[in-house]
Amino acid sequence: MSMKKLVTEVTWCKGCGICAAFCPRHVLEIVNDKVVIKDEVSCIKCGQCELRCPDYAIWLQEVDHE
Amino acid sequence: MPSELVKREMRTENLPHIWCPGCSHGSVMRALCQAIENVGLERKNTVIVSGIGCSSRAVGYLNFDTIHTTHGRALAFATGIKLANPDLHVIVLTGDGDISAIGGNHLIHACRRNIGITCIVMNNTIYGMTGGQYSPTTPTGDFGTTAPYGNIDKDFDIPLLAASAGATFAARTTAYGIAQTITVMEKALKHKGFSVIDVASICPSYYGRRNKKGDAVKMLQWQKENSVPVKMAQNMTAEELKGMIVTGIFKDVEEPEYTEEYQKIIEKAGGKR
Amino acid sequence: MSKAVLMQGNEACVKGALKAGMRFFAGYPITPSTEIAEGCAVELPKLGGKFIQMEDELASMAAVIGASVTGTKAMTATSGPGFSLKQENIGYACEAEIPCVIVDVQRSGPSTGLPTSSSQGDVMQTRWGTHGDHPIIVLSPSSVSETYYLTIRAFNLAEKYMTPVILLMDEMIGHLRETVNLYDDVEIINRKQPDEPEGNFEAYKAGENLVPVLPVFGSGHYYNITGLTHNTWGFPTNNRKIAGDLNSRLLNKIEKNRKDIESFEEYLCDDAELLIVAYGGSARVGEESVDMLRKKGIKAGMYRPVTIWPMAETRLAELSERTGKVLVIEHNNGQYVHEVERVAGKKVEVGFIGNISGSYILPTEVVKKAEEMYYAK
Repeated sequence: MSMKKLVTEVTWCKGCGICAAFCPRHVLEIVNDKVVIKDEVSCIKCGQCELRCPDYAIWLQEVDHE
Repeated sequence: MPSELVKREMRTENLPHIWCPGCSHGSVMRALCQAIENVGLERKNTVIVSGIGCSSRAVGYLNFDTIHTTHGRALAFATGIKLANPDLHVIVLTGDGDISAIGGNHLIHACRRNIGITCIVMNNTIYGMTGGQYSPTTPTGDFGTTAPYGNIDKDFDIPLLAASAGATFAARTTAYGIAQTITVMEKALKHKGFSVIDVASICPSYYGRRNKKGDAVKMLQWQKENSVPVKMAQNMTAEELKGMIVTGIFKDVEEPEYTEEYQKIIEKAGGKR
Repeated sequence: MSKAVLMQGNEACVKGALKAGMRFFAGYPITPSTEIAEGCAVELPKLGGKFIQMEDELASMAAVIGASVTGTKAMTATSGPGFSLKQENIGYACEAEIPCVIVDVQRSGPSTGLPTSSSQGDVMQTRWGTHGDHPIIVLSPSSVSETYYLTIRAFNLAEKYMTPVILLMDEMIGHLRETVNLYDDVEIINRKQPDEPEGNFEAYKAGENLVPVLPVFGSGHYYNITGLTHNTWGFPTNNRKIAGDLNSRLLNKIEKNRKDIESFEEYLCDDAELLIVAYGGSARVGEESVDMLRKKGIKAGMYRPVTIWPMAETRLAELSERTGKVLVIEHNNGQYVHEVERVAGKKVEVGFIGNISGSYILPTEVVKKAEEMYYAK
């Protein structure tokens, strides 16, 4: 079974805050100009952050579960 | 280790890109990659052409046959590419200054020919690369480093300009409406003939700061609150539409495409393709 | 096999281009080059090629480069005012190493000038018209027949050295009618393509003769083309070392291959005591003047550079040193004469005769000037 997981690449994050501001469940925040996943359990995997991030620093990744 | 989409479509060794924090060019470029995959364009037959300016740096990051041309001339280069080899899908990435100031003549003539090229305008209403000068799409009254007392020029409406010049597909989307941007891009990529999408983009560094529009988040929020679908706009007065962004597909018609018409000339002259 | 055909210079240019394999022409109407565009509009579709009249000269130069990146041999033709506008993208073709041929049928300037009068006022513009240090190859025919064969050579050099090549004509040659012997067996050089399998490609690394192998778009070898200073993968860079290496290679790919590129002709130079230097249409005046001077007992000869840039300097230096007297004929106010002076050196007397009225330089005027130089102490 495949599932999706929120992944970040903080070295690419420029701290614009768009992902955090438009996340419908307030899963994300910006700390010291970098994105942080503060509330992963609330994430509904809508992909808004991935769509909006101008720097490809956050996305939903398929992960395999046994 | 970026997303699978970014790995497939971009030259990740060149990332992160040069654009400023919050600049929407990055998300528009990703939207194009998504649209290309959704439509199923073959990499081998896809050429991406750009001009000069912030937007035009996109080609360096896209893993296709890419050509970064001279200021304003992307459509003229693209016309040569498309006419010489009509089997290629030709996509032009450009900005407001590139396409509507120095390249304005090439824009209207590419529209008039209805040549099979998709032109995506990352319209942030400012010259970003040179530090914030007003462009032909800077709203009247707004400020730029070369409009320190306010811009007295009237601004171009790119989809209306393109449609009246003969483009057979003309649309506007916003950086806020990025999901819609992808679906409209898909339609444009599938369209036979010249298609233009004016993507209202944000430049927090130069336009936003000088015009006190707030940060990237505030600028996108503003787009959300001030966008009107084209169908709804038809029933609104000019006064009501003032300062609003009209989004959607303005024109989508089928007309003879240029390279197909030229093929008929070849047949008339007795030549073979 | 050959056949003799009477044709106009501009027509010979079209026929030569088609023989070379040109299959794309983009242009804009301008006197006195328009017949080239008209000829291409008629002939190209017959061969499955493409002709397009663009919205302006800038766009036609851009479209030519666009066509060339798909592997199509491409040409444009213009005259002074249009040539000025083309400079932007000629520089792009130099930097990005895109082969193409630009024909400039010179008319009298500056600005709109005398549109129907012949001139050679663009000779320095062909060298330095576009900004920045850049390589360029310029060929100048002095007969209709030579126009045919030099047009073919222009394409061959463009493809071999991956560079724009300018065919510098003048109105006199463009509108002249002469017989051309069309030989079937002519060398045609096509663009080198990589042997490597498809995939991302390091297109801008130096190949044979310092020339890169640029895959044509649509071939499955992905790379980036840019007018910005770039690395060997075609990506923009500000790295000083890479920038210096690129700019040196661009200049050296012409400089180090001068012997292969340079060409010139001599007329009665073996025993010459006075050397006339002329190119393009002016060389016809020069040749007539040599004949007239010889009848008068003055041993004159003529050196005619065929590649204007780069100039075949070694032979010119030898001839000027031996004769000690050089007379340059140019249909302008004296441009190339300074190059001749540089090559000839301070010990050689270099005279000049030109014309900027739009009318032709007469052999009688040349003879008079040559006699003055010859008999002076």
